[in-house]
Amino acid sequence: MTINRRAFMGTTAALAASLSAPMIARAQTAPRVVVVGGGAGGATAARYIANGSQGAIDVTLVEPTRAYYTCFFSNLYLGGFREFDSLGHTYGGIASGGVNVVHDWATGVDRDAQTVTLAGGDVLPYDRLVLSPGIDFIEDSVPGWSTAAQNVMPHAYKGGSQTELLKNQIMNMREGGVFAMVAPPNPYRCPPGPYERISMVAHLLSQVNPTATILVADPKENFSKQGLFEDGWERHYPGMIQRIGPDFGGGNVTVDPAAMTINIDGQVEQVDVCNVIPAQRAGGIVFAAGINDGNWAPVSAYDLSSRIDPNIHVLGDAAAQGAMPKSGFSANSQAKVAANAIVAALADGRAFPPRFANTCWSLIATEDGVKVGATYEATDEGIASVDSFISQVDETPETRAETYRESLGWYDAIVEDMFG
Amino acid sequence: MGNRFLTAILLLTASTGTPVLAEGDPERGRELYRPCAACHMIGDGAINRIGPHLDGIVGRPAAVAMDYRYSEALIDAASEGLIWTADALDDFLADPSGYVPGLRMIFRGIHDEQDRADLVAFLREEGGTPDPVYANATAVLLAPSDEVLQIVRMEGDVYYGEYLSNECTTCHRPQGGDDIPSIAGMAPVDFIDGLVAYRSGEREHQVMQTITGRLGDEEIAALAAYFETVGQ
Repeated sequence: MTINRRAFMGTTAALAASLSAPMIARAQTAPRVVVVGGGAGGATAARYIANGSQGAIDVTLVEPTRAYYTCFFSNLYLGGFREFDSLGHTYGGIASGGVNVVHDWATGVDRDAQTVTLAGGDVLPYDRLVLSPGIDFIEDSVPGWSTAAQNVMPHAYKGGSQTELLKNQIMNMREGGVFAMVAPPNPYRCPPGPYERISMVAHLLSQVNPTATILVADPKENFSKQGLFEDGWERHYPGMIQRIGPDFGGGNVTVDPAAMTINIDGQVEQVDVCNVIPAQRAGGIVFAAGINDGNWAPVSAYDLSSRIDPNIHVLGDAAAQGAMPKSGFSANSQAKVAANAIVAALADGRAFPPRFANTCWSLIATEDGVKVGATYEATDEGIASVDSFISQVDETPETRAETYRESLGWYDAIVEDMFG
Repeated sequence: MGNRFLTAILLLTASTGTPVLAEGDPERGRELYRPCAACHMIGDGAINRIGPHLDGIVGRPAAVAMDYRYSEALIDAASEGLIWTADALDDFLADPSGYVPGLRMIFRGIHDEQDRADLVAFLREEGGTPDPVYANATAVLLAPSDEVLQIVRMEGDVYYGEYLSNECTTCHRPQGGDDIPSIAGMAPVDFIDGLVAYRSGEREHQVMQTITGRLGDEEIAALAAYFETVGQ
């Protein structure tokens, strides 16, 4: 099962990528790594494998979009703290770092033949496969909602046009209207994300539509940084936000996109904007590869290799790895551990013990930033927390402002780490 | 804590600096100060962090913030009588490591004259008048603690340090950023001193304390060896 390199380079998508990438002569026998998904996990892994192996490994990154819009920090755009364009990043830096970047969808994995099939028809052979596809939504987890309705009731939980759509809807809400959110059940990407979004929508509305209200239906008893968010909502947006938890039917919700109504435990509310964040599962390629157990892909904590097929590594949101939250920071951290293990295995690099870290920053209002974070280690059972911290309710405004500025520094650093 | 010794002692006399600079706009300077705030506190309650506090900096003799472990380069400059007048700060900020060769601070400098004037105006307004105690202050070189020196003497594994640095580069950029300083090219002793201070809890920062909490001496030595080799 070999593929003629010239034929492979002849496809339009690959050709476009090759124009911006320097041609690197590689031995016919160079080991091949295919990375599917160009987000925080995949982009980082592709760069670190290419750098770490000094060109000894042939790395191909498969990502459908030419401009990647980060999901992290998209709430800040909703709140008016960032321009939409500042969230977009392209793959030129990765390509010039010696990675073949192919803009196409990966549609299938043949684990016996060790090949990935692309929507455009190409078949890519691999020695190791890295899957970092992020999340998909579970159909019918919110009855009445489907991806067909996403332009009426946006999820805005994958970066890009959905984020812009949701902001437009908020800006065009009638005076005194209702913004509703259907919050997701655990586990889902970015645990504080829905609540930072509530904060940012409240911030925006308090400026452009101060009599508007926010209604949140939540199937979870508790949520990330709950004390910090609730304290912030009380201080900055008193009376604006109503959250209905599972005790009051927040877990029993249906929506009607045509009528723009939300039914919470039998009570029907007419709303003006409805942000439905459905239940989630691993991106589709995990299921196509047949390496899922339920909704996620179980992996070893030591190198993020699939527990079903050790030649496949799964990073970020799609992986069931243990204690790390599904976040861009986590995916970036896991990618570096997997990259080290892959370079060690395929190119005789030195293998080092795995170590992981994560920090999630959230903005509640202008210069009112909070954070939660932890360090992690690998165990036979999965990734386990070593030590953790969280912002305190009684912090000074200066500390909160520092935390916010720190998040800006982190954003610039992680996108540079991902995209070069 | 730690054995400290003196390499240079000099009684410094603070002059009342007469500004000859362009009028600066302190409010614009406040914006320009943002990258500085990653390391330097200024204003009420300012304490030493990664860099010394800057209270009363305009007119303050060099290297006299209490208990701050300055680089030898800055102690030497102080022993030659350097006082941070507005003029001196203007020259320094234009080209920090040209003005004080061997300086530990990693900062390229500010080329625009008006920007420097605005920043100095902010430092003067926010930092206030230097405490009279500085007029007779002595610049002393504080030795690193025994714990730091022990790690300095270890031979750091650069390759291991490069792997460990993966945990740093998610937040620290070579050129620095908002509230997160550059750590590229740092002298090992300063790098080690900083990490040990976070690890012991002496220096406060939730993320850094958590990250350093599980770094052994070998890991810190490896990181220091690696970051010394990294260009900005």
